[in-house]
Amino acid sequence: MKQFLTFVRKEFYHVFRDRKTLLLLFGMPVMQIVLFGFALSNEIKNARVAVYDLANDAASRRIIEKMEGGGKFEMERKAWNREGVEQAFREGKVKMAVVFPAGFDDDLSHLNHAQVQLIADASDPNTANTLVNYASAIIMDYQRERMQAAAIPVPVSTEVRMIYNPELKSVTNFVPGVMALILLLICVLMTSVSIVKEKELGTMEVLLVSPFHPLLVIISKAVPYFFLSLINLTVILILSVTLMGMPIAGSLWLLYGVSSIFIMAALSLGLFISNVTHSQEAAMLISLLGMLIPTLLFTGFMFPIENMPLPLQVISNIVISKWYYIIVKSVMIKGLGLAAVWKETLILVFITVLLLTMSARTFKNRLA
Amino acid sequence: MNREIVIQTERLSKHFGDFVAVNEISFEVYAGEIFGFLGANGAGKTTAMRMLCGLSIPTSGQARIAGYDVYKNTEDIKKNIGYMSQKFSLYEDLTLEENIRFFGGIYGMSSRQIKAKSDALVEKLGMENETKKLVGALPLGWKQKIAFSSAIFHDPKIVFLDEPTGGVDPITRRQFWDLIYEAADRGITVFVTTHYMDEAEYCNRLSMMVDGAIKALDSPANLKEQYRAASMDEVFYEMARGAQRKAD
Repeated sequence: MKQFLTFVRKEFYHVFRDRKTLLLLFGMPVMQIVLFGFALSNEIKNARVAVYDLANDAASRRIIEKMEGGGKFEMERKAWNREGVEQAFREGKVKMAVVFPAGFDDDLSHLNHAQVQLIADASDPNTANTLVNYASAIIMDYQRERMQAAAIPVPVSTEVRMIYNPELKSVTNFVPGVMALILLLICVLMTSVSIVKEKELGTMEVLLVSPFHPLLVIISKAVPYFFLSLINLTVILILSVTLMGMPIAGSLWLLYGVSSIFIMAALSLGLFISNVTHSQEAAMLISLLGMLIPTLLFTGFMFPIENMPLPLQVISNIVISKWYYIIVKSVMIKGLGLAAVWKETLILVFITVLLLTMSARTFKNRLA
Repeated sequence: MNREIVIQTERLSKHFGDFVAVNEISFEVYAGEIFGFLGANGAGKTTAMRMLCGLSIPTSGQARIAGYDVYKNTEDIKKNIGYMSQKFSLYEDLTLEENIRFFGGIYGMSSRQIKAKSDALVEKLGMENETKKLVGALPLGWKQKIAFSSAIFHDPKIVFLDEPTGGVDPITRRQFWDLIYEAADRGITVFVTTHYMDEAEYCNRLSMMVDGAIKALDSPANLKEQYRAASMDEVFYEMARGAQRKAD
């Protein structure tokens, strides 16, 4: 045990002496949270909309007013003409145009039917979709308002409630994703590089010749990163609560518990990579490419997995961050307990055990 | 010579598939001896040494290191040997003191033992002012001395040195050999592989490995006489001429 502590202390020296890596270790989560939280949000705020209002009557003005009220649109009210609108789209000055034909209010009152045209810049299809949906909803709302005034009953009215995230904040999606990404990257990258480094330096040989058990060598290398990851997790949680106003609905203990399991899974993956590579560069490349891309693609926080073709959905099951992401979302945002996430937790435990066995085995083979 | 045998091998072999890296080597090394293990690159020196250290399991043959069997008692072997690799194997981002404390620590020495011994060692090496410096900042020759000192810090019976003087100048090499002699005087058996023929002359006895087998084993003086050579260089060329394997 004393030998083990000696070893762990040495590992901490390595970590704290390497200032650049340390900065990266703690800078990365902060940067990612800020990036994903503010810059890369898929919410739409203040999108510029050209208002081509040929009607300029009570109805059209009311709709424009309502659109302006939500904070989503910035209405450009000026004397547009057809060419002007096209020009604005070409130059990217507006994302959407709303066109009211002449006599809009009249048509609506007398014919009970009127048309309003929405033109969106679909070169960015997601934004275009979102904008059109927002605008349609506002127009529907106006219609309802008008019908109530006229006391005509609406046959079917939809009542929408967005649960767990009523304000549709994209942070709730990104924070669990960033947690998975950061923990995975740090654990896998750092452990694999630190072990391969010993191989390159030749110190691994010395350690293997010593009476210190080889398996303990790799376990003690993982210990500092386990603790650093827990600190990192805390930093991410504090940031997302204070800066992003994100709730932690479920049990904090459960969150830390499953995170510990996930960290161990990631660490064992790092150990495995270190056993099959021989240079720090190779370890780094495999960790980055092998972790970053699958995590971004298959975790579900950027692209919904349900929409993928079946083979890709199957592949997504071996990406450990996917399971962690599901658990974190359930616990943190929905406030669910272990009863709801035991299956995913069990899968994580299983993968951890599998990876550890594989690493232990490859490590032994290397010795023979 | 009537001395205790600390390394004994009998027809020890290691095969990698069809390739016979080490071919039935048999030799004995006595306690307190400086035993040179010579051979060209690829002759099988490192593989042989790895088997003796318990890092690699032999394909066939017998070997006992410090009285322990290389198949069954690798853990006991590890407690009784020290090892220094070609790369000096110190942690460059740790200080001299921390390196020594670490290597003492993983051999299970107590903090008090380590403290007392490291103070004496630092004084002997004349590095009192460098204990708090990172090893990476020290000159190569110093690192090499520290690496050797850490390899014998736990007073092993045998220390294995794998080409320990690569890349250092002849004067530093000479100083390094003073440390080796001192260790041998204290009763530590030194098993050293080398390319340098001047180093070979410093050994008590030498074995010459060619193509995985031991071609000659004797004292440097006897070898020179046997091959009618003026220096170990000539003996070495004479032997290596018959080699089939290409150096890698």
